[in-house]
Amino acid sequence: MMERKLKFQREADPVWARRISDRPGCEGVSSCLQCGACSGACPLSIYMDYSPRRIIALVREGFRKDALSSKTIWLCASCYSCAVHCPRQIHVTDLMYSLKREAIQQRLYPRRFPVPVLAQEFFRMVRRQGRSSEFWLILRTALRSNPLILLGMMRIGWDLLRTGRFTLRRERIADAASLSRRLGGPEVA
Amino acid sequence: MAAAYGYFPGCSLRGTGVAYEESMLTLFRLLDLPLAELENWNCCGATSYMSIDERSAFVLSSRNLALAHEAKHRDLIAPCSACYLVLRKTQDYIQRYPRIAREVGVSVDHGNLRVLNQIRVRHPMEVLYADVGPDRIRKKVTRHWHGGMVACYYGCQMVRPYAEADRTHDPTRMDELLAAVDVPTVRYSLKTKCCGGSLMGTTHEIGVRLNYILLKEAARKGAQAIATACPLCQFNLDACQREIRRESGERFDIPILFFTQILGWSLGGDVRSLGLRRSISGRKTIEQWFAEAPARKETYV
Repeated sequence: MMERKLKFQREADPVWARRISDRPGCEGVSSCLQCGACSGACPLSIYMDYSPRRIIALVREGFRKDALSSKTIWLCASCYSCAVHCPRQIHVTDLMYSLKREAIQQRLYPRRFPVPVLAQEFFRMVRRQGRSSEFWLILRTALRSNPLILLGMMRIGWDLLRTGRFTLRRERIADAASLSRRLGGPEVA
Repeated sequence: MAAAYGYFPGCSLRGTGVAYEESMLTLFRLLDLPLAELENWNCCGATSYMSIDERSAFVLSSRNLALAHEAKHRDLIAPCSACYLVLRKTQDYIQRYPRIAREVGVSVDHGNLRVLNQIRVRHPMEVLYADVGPDRIRKKVTRHWHGGMVACYYGCQMVRPYAEADRTHDPTRMDELLAAVDVPTVRYSLKTKCCGGSLMGTTHEIGVRLNYILLKEAARKGAQAIATACPLCQFNLDACQREIRRESGERFDIPILFFTQILGWSLGGDVRSLGLRRSISGRKTIEQWFAEAPARKETYV
């Protein structure tokens, strides 16, 4: 589907926009110059539906839904390249994190897009066991997003088993239940 | 013997990055640097946990810092760049945001989280550079390097905000450490460009493409191997080469090593204890470079 370029004032949520800069890590958003240094520095921007600069523009004007349902925020690999190139020292990566969390809470993230699926599976696994086990994480993510990708991964899975880098053991800390209670946090799908 | 460094392995070093742990432990042993693993450490949360919940992500890291504090460690070594960044970021947020400090403090039974901020979270590359230094490493060399040119790839998170393992835009410490053991390195302009991290497992094509660019540039600069300092960088660059060969016909078969494997080898570690058989790509090259008795090239003058 083609992206809709036209946006109307009534679709914006200015109250939400104003409150963004109250969030930890998002303070500088209002001082953005729209220079595009973040998008230039971002290794993923060419794969995104909105570049990081455009996400900031959307957020500042209050186009909440567009920002929260974008793939951009999930393609951010947290490399912080934007943050170290921004002339205003805006923590773009932390803004992305904040938007990801809100997208999960409001269930606005793109369904079956593997990145938010992985994030939720990872969250669930670590909260329950205290550690992550790569094999089970990949398996569960694939089953819940696109099981076909497992076919393409068989060869690399074999290579990892052969070199002793993939274990089927489930890692778990001694007091996992107590940690789990302390962590709390939202219910994930 | 000096007080031991606290050691936080992180999940990857117990899985796909096991060679990083093996080679680092060997290298630290060869340099007489004692390490004490944190007992019952938990996952740092990496990049994904923070995407779901903020408070509990900081609780995860604070618990690890609290364990280090209880064990009376002044320094805590985190070899994985993600663990390193997340632990340091937690300290930064606890210091800057009293609300987060309060909420987190309740969950880790640490009324005063400020003591956790006194722990110095460090990357092994920076420890080797600052606490040992290239000169002392040079004096301990027992093996002459007979491998080829190496591109030092720092990756992203160890040189970004919150981190101070090296300079942000043009880090050189890994190059300097390798120079100390006479390993020639190339000028690698993509040394801090991200490998995509976990995108290799989710949006696979994008992950492969990012790593293709990294491999292509290293090869173009004449590197015959890439040295890494993060288990995710090593895995991504190592695992995607066969697929690139199959899909594009471009032949990459470049060993992706941990910088600790190269240093450990020069200081006398053996193939097994450095995890050198755990690589997927460039296995033939690794066999040649890391042979106990290298086939001497005949030279006729």
